[in-house]
Amino acid sequence: MAVSVPPAPPRATAPRPRPRKDPVSTWPWRHRIALAMAWGCGLSVIVTAFAIVVYMAVKGVQYLNFHLLFSHPTPGLAQGETGGILDPVLGTFMLTIIGILIAVPLAVCSALWLVEYGRPAGLARAVESGIDVIAGTPDIVIAIFGLAIFQLPILSPLSFTSAGGGVFGRSFIAAGAMMSLIALPYVFNTTREGLQAIPAQMREASWALGKTRICTIRTVLLPQVRRHIVTGSALGMGRIVGDTAIVVVLLGATLRIEKQGSIPGLDILKGTGSTLTSYVYGASPAGEGNAPQKAYAAAFVLLIIVVALNAAADWIGRRGSRMEIAP
Amino acid sequence: MTFGRLREPWTDRQAGWRLGAVACLVLVLILLMIVFVTVKAWPTLRANGWVEWLGPGGNVDKQLDAMIKVGQHPPDSAYHLRAWPLVYATLLTSVVAVGLGLIVSVFTAVFIVEFAPRRLREVVIPAVRLLAAVPSVIYGLIGILVLVPFFNNHLIGEGRKESVKYVVQLNGTGLGVACLILMVMVTPIMVAIIVDALRGIPRGWTEGAAALGANRWETVWSISVRAARPAIVAAAVLSGARALGEAVMLSMVSGSRGFAPNLFDGLTYVFEPLRPVAATMVENVDAMNVPPIKSTIYAFALLLLFSSLMLSLAGYAAKLPMRRQGIRV
Repeated sequence: MAVSVPPAPPRATAPRPRPRKDPVSTWPWRHRIALAMAWGCGLSVIVTAFAIVVYMAVKGVQYLNFHLLFSHPTPGLAQGETGGILDPVLGTFMLTIIGILIAVPLAVCSALWLVEYGRPAGLARAVESGIDVIAGTPDIVIAIFGLAIFQLPILSPLSFTSAGGGVFGRSFIAAGAMMSLIALPYVFNTTREGLQAIPAQMREASWALGKTRICTIRTVLLPQVRRHIVTGSALGMGRIVGDTAIVVVLLGATLRIEKQGSIPGLDILKGTGSTLTSYVYGASPAGEGNAPQKAYAAAFVLLIIVVALNAAADWIGRRGSRMEIAP
Repeated sequence: MTFGRLREPWTDRQAGWRLGAVACLVLVLILLMIVFVTVKAWPTLRANGWVEWLGPGGNVDKQLDAMIKVGQHPPDSAYHLRAWPLVYATLLTSVVAVGLGLIVSVFTAVFIVEFAPRRLREVVIPAVRLLAAVPSVIYGLIGILVLVPFFNNHLIGEGRKESVKYVVQLNGTGLGVACLILMVMVTPIMVAIIVDALRGIPRGWTEGAAALGANRWETVWSISVRAARPAIVAAAVLSGARALGEAVMLSMVSGSRGFAPNLFDGLTYVFEPLRPVAATMVENVDAMNVPPIKSTIYAFALLLLFSSLMLSLAGYAAKLPMRRQGIRV
């Protein structure tokens, strides 16, 4: 079976007449002003993006050094004694992993159900709208909701309980669970688009061979939407890394990662800590730290991580679509 | 002997139920969210009346401070709250940012779709995506470390500070910086939606206009932008929801005072501090073990949840006319 067709030889005919140009000098003045405004807005978008990146890069490189990146933050009075940003970086990393681990199964199962089954139709529309509602909810509301849930006594093993019997409700698990809600819409949307792009013939061929629906999903559909899932996860991770409100509310506000309990592994999950975003918030003049240099350094690391995740999502999306076999 | 197969594969119907249960978890979560937030906000709503707590009356900062000092079993009077300055601040910043951003976004979208040379287009689109991806705390940091000192030192004169000295202190943070940065934050969202809609307009329509003698600007403005009006409304609504919920950036640059900027102050209006609802929530979250503050914050959360639900519905309804015409948006 030929995979590619050789290109057709060029035909020897007269070249097509080019369309007449539309010179701006023939336009009325109000259209020329509008054109200038369009150019102005476009150029100012480029300039703003460029300025933000360059400014953060300059300030970040100025204040970031190897020692800062790998030492623990310590409370101190002067900027020279306040240590580095290792714990915030680890906190960001852990929250992202927990968030994605919870979000991807939920999102993929929901997308599969919606595309493969989707009955009754009212319920399917409700689930679609529900995920849109979650996507549109402000992150501070999701954080407060998380606090309400995790302060229930039934969930006290997931954080710690103070002596008076009040459940603290703030831990890595709590913050990670709410972060998964932030990433859920992205993974859901990309997976759903990927599933809808698979032609019906593939499913029908698999069913004709006698495979059950779940086996079709597992062996035929899921491998093809792998790259969509990865793209969605990268976008979701970018959003999780950049989120501050949930961290400020649900992660406790300890500078270092404080463990709770004595089971290794679970004690970090139950414990509190900080992430790059809450560190920047705390170190800026709006928080208590008033350490602008550290804030710039942490913000620079944050920006690099977010830009890298988004670029990776873009690259995976584009690379995969080029390799797709046309039906 | 069935040792070879330890468990039966799922039947189609079983798989449908199981996957459907996971999908319905999402709906259950939303319902839980509404129920929990309402239940916890109930004390404030009951003590203040359903809508009066959003009205004007007294200094909201003083009311919040008084709540913090109350003990664990406060009387009903401790829940007294009149949150109008906060609501006014939220509406003001959101409407101004979305309004200005809409103008810039439409022109930028027209630029991307129609007028940008190919190489410049390949720079603008990643620039827009970058602006959309930057975390809000970085916008807040640039605001508070660059724009606020600039406003303070170069734009607000001593005379202006003197004129409002007895009411409020002007230190650069305030309405101006907040609206400016919020506008930069919502513009990329709107540009993405409007560009998608403009690209989905059938080519026959624009080619027909060009054939009738319209120049390039007229074609794109009177045909594409006009046909994409539902998407523009949907973009405005979606970014309005984002602007309403913006907490961290606004808490850094908006001045953190529960003060309603007074339009009669003239140009000073632009420099007066304020504090939207979401920023108030973020700043008072450490005091949440005090019951009045706790139910106040949940009441604010209920307000934001309700507004974003309404806006989501409005956005969905706004996109319906385009969907009916077959334009994928």
